[in-house]
Amino acid sequence: MKLDTSGLESSAPLFGSSNELIDGISAGPSFEIPDTMDFDGFQKEAVQMVKPAKGTTTLAFIFKEGVMVAADSRASMGGYISSQSVKKIIEINPYMLGTMAGGAADCQFWHRNLGIKCRLHELANKRRISVTGASKLLANILFSYRGMGLSVGTMIAGWDETGPGLYYVDSEGGRLKGTRFSVGSGSPYAYGVLDNGYRYDMSIEEAAELARRAIYHATFRDAASGGVASVYYVGPDGWKKLSGDDVGELHYKYYPVMPSTVEQEMVEVAGA
Amino acid sequence: MARYDRAITVFSPDGHLFQVEYALEAVRKGNAAVGVRGTDTIVLGVEKKSTAKLQDSRSVRKIVNLDDHIALACAGLKADARVLVNRARIECQSHRLTVEDPVTVEYITRYIAGLQQKYTQSGGVRPFGLSTLIIGFDPYSGAPSLYQTDPSGTFSAWKANATGRNSNSIREFLEKNYKETSGQETVKLAIRALLEVVESGGKNIEVAVMTREHGLRQLEEAEIDAIVAEIDAEKAAAEAAKKAPPKET
Repeated sequence: MKLDTSGLESSAPLFGSSNELIDGISAGPSFEIPDTMDFDGFQKEAVQMVKPAKGTTTLAFIFKEGVMVAADSRASMGGYISSQSVKKIIEINPYMLGTMAGGAADCQFWHRNLGIKCRLHELANKRRISVTGASKLLANILFSYRGMGLSVGTMIAGWDETGPGLYYVDSEGGRLKGTRFSVGSGSPYAYGVLDNGYRYDMSIEEAAELARRAIYHATFRDAASGGVASVYYVGPDGWKKLSGDDVGELHYKYYPVMPSTVEQEMVEVAGA
Repeated sequence: MARYDRAITVFSPDGHLFQVEYALEAVRKGNAAVGVRGTDTIVLGVEKKSTAKLQDSRSVRKIVNLDDHIALACAGLKADARVLVNRARIECQSHRLTVEDPVTVEYITRYIAGLQQKYTQSGGVRPFGLSTLIIGFDPYSGAPSLYQTDPSGTFSAWKANATGRNSNSIREFLEKNYKETSGQETVKLAIRALLEVVESGGKNIEVAVMTREHGLRQLEEAEIDAIVAEIDAEKAAAEAAKKAPPKET
């Protein structure tokens, strides 16, 4: 597969070819098509293969002090839990985070690629890229691969000159700006807790606790989410990992076992 | 397309790219253009050769907009300029589309210079025969900038510069008389510089002023005439002061 190097090319076309008529607008990335009899069927199968894979819970929200980002750490393949310790919050650069939902490889690769593009932008323009710009770069790439089976549901969170920024970007090519997002199979449960407890003027600790609780409740009810609830904070100086708690332990923290009075007790019967 | 891959711009034995140097000659034959950067105002002035009586002078604008906050003037082959300006305008919009932000002056200058350089290293093409003066305000910091590019594809930032016919004399004048100015003073400095080599009068100069708030504004002939009159008056006063006997004994 040809890597998408559109970020490295300049937008004017190379010469010597008959493309001089296409005035300054470069052609999109091109692909070698797999050698099958039925390409459309192949495409459908490829998409179906990755479809159930958004088994995860990730969330992010903007509040007074910045952006809070949290995620679980379970990877599942159908009913099999393949890992309980997946890093679903990807560090694009010291002031921008991305979350992973969908195909793990797709998310990891394209976030890394985005990190490269952000760095190149910094070097060329002597200033950091904005969250708007970074999310747009990713969205444009994903759009150009639309229909080819990529599965990515990510949130780009960061702090730039205009303050905190949060965008949701997915493999259908959608890109939304917002203040509260949750992505993944556990997102309905997370939204319930998040929307109920959200206030714009929370302190960092309050916001972290809200994020942690929302992830915990999602892992409690959603089979495909679990493991460790990681919470990150993005502020004016960049991101910082605040906590990573095992959700099993969180359960007993929120619902500690109470000693209760015994209704009936089994007594040893004396004699034979 | 078979025979269009031969390079035309090739090195000479002593390390010159003659095509680029010839392009610079074409620039030297073009109309004079001057750019002056002030603290809150940037001015571009271009020599206007006397328009033919039947020509509609409004269709021959020499100072053009690349975006709301960036303008360009050039000296050399005007047809090449049209092509370059169109590509730059597309790039300005493409940048807005991909990163949701307007271009910085440095970015678009780098793009234009990169384009000019590409044409010195490709098969079947000749270099663009023009040097450009690009002015604008940085969309983030609001700082004014003036850049110049040339047919070889180099670019650099300037406080004031000139290109085209007699640009050396204009540059000498600017070096002697440049100081940090703002507002109308910057306009006057630019026009004074241009008047060194151009016949006096509003119908021989085209001037455009860019400010942070109002973007690019082309000055009317009447306005230019008024400023020229002011300049002439100042010059006359200076001459008179020199000739007058010293007041102190």
